Amino acid sequence: MDSDLKTEAIKRAKVLMVGAGGIGCELLKTLALSGFQDIHIIDMDTIEVSNLNRQFLFRQSHVGQSKAKVARDAVLRFMPQICITPYHANVKDPEFNVDFFKQFNVILNGLDNLDARRHVNRLCLAAEVPLVESGTTGFLGQVTVHIKGRTECYECQPKPTPKTYPVCTITSTPSKFVHCIVWAKDLLFAKLFGDRNQENDLFVHTGDGSDSVKPTDDIFERGLDEVSVQYGRKIYDHVFGYNIEVALANEETWKNRRRPRPIFLGDVLPEKLILQNGNLEKNCLTEDLSLSAMPSLGLNNSQEIWSLAENSRLFLEALRLFIERRGKDIGSLTFDKDDQLAIEFVTAAANIRASSFGIPLHSLFDAKGIAGNIVHAVATTNAIIAGLIVIEAIKVLEADFQNCRMTYCLEHPCQKMLLMPVEPFEANKSCYVCSETPLLLEVNTQTSTLRDFVDKIVKNKLGMSFPLIMQGATLIFEGGDDLEEDVAANYALNLDKVLTALPAPVTSGSMLTIEDLQQELSCHINIKHREEFDEEKEPDRMVLLGWTTPEKKSQGVSNGENTTAAIPAAPEAINKSEEVEVAAEISRTRRKRSEISETTGDQETFQILPDTDAKNSMDPQEVEDDDYENDLVVLDENPEASKKRRLQ
Amino acid sequence: MAKPIYARAVADRLSLREGRLRIKMDGEELTAQETALYDRQIRVWGVDAQKRLSKAQILVSGLNGTSVEFCKNIVLAGVGSLTLMDDRLVTEDALQANFLIPRDETVYSGRSLSELCCESLRDFNPMVRVLAEKGDLAQCEMEFFDKFDVVVVTGCSLKTKIEINEKCRKRAKRIAFYAIECRDSCGEIFVDLQNYTYAQKKSDGTAECHLSYLSLEDAILIPWRNLPRKVSKLYFAMRVIEKFELSEGRNPGELSNCDLPAVLKLRKELCDAQSLNESHVPETLLERILVAGPMLYPPVCPILGGILGQEVIKAISGKGDPLKNFFYFDAADGKGVVEDISNPSSI
Ligand SMILES: [Zn+2]
Repeated sequence: MDSDLKTEAIKRAKVLMVGAGGIGCELLKTLALSGFQDIHIIDMDTIEVSNLNRQFLFRQSHVGQSKAKVARDAVLRFMPQICITPYHANVKDPEFNVDFFKQFNVILNGLDNLDARRHVNRLCLAAEVPLVESGTTGFLGQVTVHIKGRTECYECQPKPTPKTYPVCTITSTPSKFVHCIVWAKDLLFAKLFGDRNQENDLFVHTGDGSDSVKPTDDIFERGLDEVSVQYGRKIYDHVFGYNIEVALANEETWKNRRRPRPIFLGDVLPEKLILQNGNLEKNCLTEDLSLSAMPSLGLNNSQEIWSLAENSRLFLEALRLFIERRGKDIGSLTFDKDDQLAIEFVTAAANIRASSFGIPLHSLFDAKGIAGNIVHAVATTNAIIAGLIVIEAIKVLEADFQNCRMTYCLEHPCQKMLLMPVEPFEANKSCYVCSETPLLLEVNTQTSTLRDFVDKIVKNKLGMSFPLIMQGATLIFEGGDDLEEDVAANYALNLDKVLTALPAPVTSGSMLTIEDLQQELSCHINIKHREEFDEEKEPDRMVLLGWTTPEKKSQGVSNGENTTAAIPAAPEAINKSEEVEVAAEISRTRRKRSEISETTGDQETFQILPDTDAKNSMDPQEVEDDDYENDLVVLDENPEASKKRRLQ
Repeated sequence: MAKPIYARAVADRLSLREGRLRIKMDGEELTAQETALYDRQIRVWGVDAQKRLSKAQILVSGLNGTSVEFCKNIVLAGVGSLTLMDDRLVTEDALQANFLIPRDETVYSGRSLSELCCESLRDFNPMVRVLAEKGDLAQCEMEFFDKFDVVVVTGCSLKTKIEINEKCRKRAKRIAFYAIECRDSCGEIFVDLQNYTYAQKKSDGTAECHLSYLSLEDAILIPWRNLPRKVSKLYFAMRVIEKFELSEGRNPGELSNCDLPAVLKLRKELCDAQSLNESHVPETLLERILVAGPMLYPPVCPILGGILGQEVIKAISGKGDPLKNFFYFDAADGKGVVEDISNPSSI
């Protein structure tokens, strides 16, 4: 390494950092110390208390301020002579277009979500700027280098999309605590405090699929003179007692399952206590996000697992505080992991439901982690990863491409290595993002609507935000909010039509062209009509093929029980020998990218899949998907496996 | 500043139990403030580890790009206290890779590295006591060492490291000893946990695991031909360089390219004496280290400082397999390698 050459390349470089969080703070500091002079940094987030344990450029007094701006100021304090340009903005904003990206020599990602990573990948491909990508979870992390024409792109291997759960697992047959959390958060909380007009499956399927007992919504409506204690009791008895009783009536459902136990408030708490529960005066007199029901109930330790009775009291008190202290929010609340009362309510409700179904209860601390998809993060891993990013960035700037490596940061040494460099992989020829290869979509063209296609495939799978869909030369849909009124109305009409009924009918053999102008990405999808779909395994009722290893094509993306499931594990729980095998595998099959999945630290969101036919999905042969952490995933040879686990 | 002790309010006021006993932990809980600040890392290593961290006393002797990275990590992690020792005044060289000191002569002139770093580090986490101590650690009274659970040294001679390591070993309590040194784009960490017992995680629960560490002096005395095959070339290169520095009475970073002929002569002597082929200590590697002199390749500092931070956190918390007993990183090949240099007969 010629050090003068190196210094020159660094000094002249103009780099863009995306993300000023855990990795970003470390990266900005290390870039500055390494002699970088012109650094641009984008981050839309503001500083939170829970950032301060690792995002060392921030202080308590900065809470609420822009990460990008505060990070810049902090670094300039010890390195005043360099130039740092902050953007307190979303990298997906239109101002950060291909031309914007083209001005940089290299892009450095320190992001925490898949959506933004994919977006940046596409802009880097379009602008032909090298990308150094990174991610950490706990003690694990990795840095990868993506250079168009030389290596694979970030999306050459399919990434796990947000975990989804079949609706009936959530509404009727939970078997994991995470199912109870999703129920409490996305159904009960949303029903009581969110937009009441939203469709919500808050009732128990009876299991025969035909006449589900759907109570009138009035039960959730609070009478004008109804005091909150009575209201709380009514809700409690309805959702934890009555609904379970109704569900139990259907013997078929419980033939191969443990029967849940209906829980009525009177059985859990003595009458006197229900009336005296909590003490409004003792709860801090705030009305903001720190309002808590815990102090007045004597619940102090959020690490502790509370009893059913304690959870029941917390449920009642949290509900009461929402009504009496935050009444103005009701009807418009959405779940927020930083809303203490919301966390308390969801923890309590999930635990009561877990009691009912014989599922182990969890502490508020753990429940918050699951409900908020909170990433595990420590300063040390971020510091190491930032150092590795800078090393790769410098190689890119020196055009020393043959020495670029992707590096895994491991928790246990593997072949004596804690930091393991691997040669970058070649591009996947069937990658729809960086090659022209068309995808294949199996879909029932007579029953699926354009809306289904846009939501499930174009937005969810292809990750496009402002798509433009063409059938031949006919434009059938365009996303975005700057459309003419009549054009927008026309597209809205199209959305509800089934594919064959579109102005330019989409039938078996049609080819659609989908474009995202901002990402400058265009891809083709061949349509194949298919009549039947397995509700449990293919709940989208459409299957996207082609963007995977070729030999699996015939089986379908989410098809086939024979594929070995991946072994997901929390970082601390990873079996040592497994990790060794994984790494041995890495060195043996350099060109295969199926051994270790990235640790992204993504803040994923859960989704509940709609199911139109409850009966099918009541099958007790439920697909295992209880890992709510996106940690190191050890895979067998087959990347399909990990895909399958995440219930596409 | 006394640690706020959280007397848990009596949650049992209403004595409504479901036959489940509450287990009281040491009678001391993390405060709400600590729980909020450390939320993300508690999710990685647990509450018990966090409590142990908050009681740990750390000493760092020698402040450079690598050790300030370590200091940052350990202060953020929330240790009980961090004591810094380095009386050197700030120079241009001392500033490189150091983000704790503003590049402003009016701020740093006439002040010691430990004072300045101490000031900055205090800001990182108000819950950690950061202190600057004057003097030379190798000359400190034996009792001084008893104040600490972990001692980290850098930037001093092999002789000094060995002396400090021995003092740590002579105390009744176990004091974990770490030596860390970065040269150009390479780095080395040495770990001595003496006799260390921890609960090792297995696929089917945990098993008690005992590790026996050698002192630095004993570890480097192990004949090279007794070492496992394929030991990192850096291990040998570091031994040659450090021996040369010792013979010249110089500290790490005080060699230059002019010393190459003499260093190569020493390499030959050592290799001959140890019956090791000289190719295990490549000239290019030695040259690279000498040419750099006091200059560090900055991105190496957070990598070494990060690994050392993780190791110290593991040793304090008793969670995770600790490194035994050397770690090497070289930006040239990107490998971070653990080497177990111990006497085959002593295991
Ligand atoms: Zn690709």
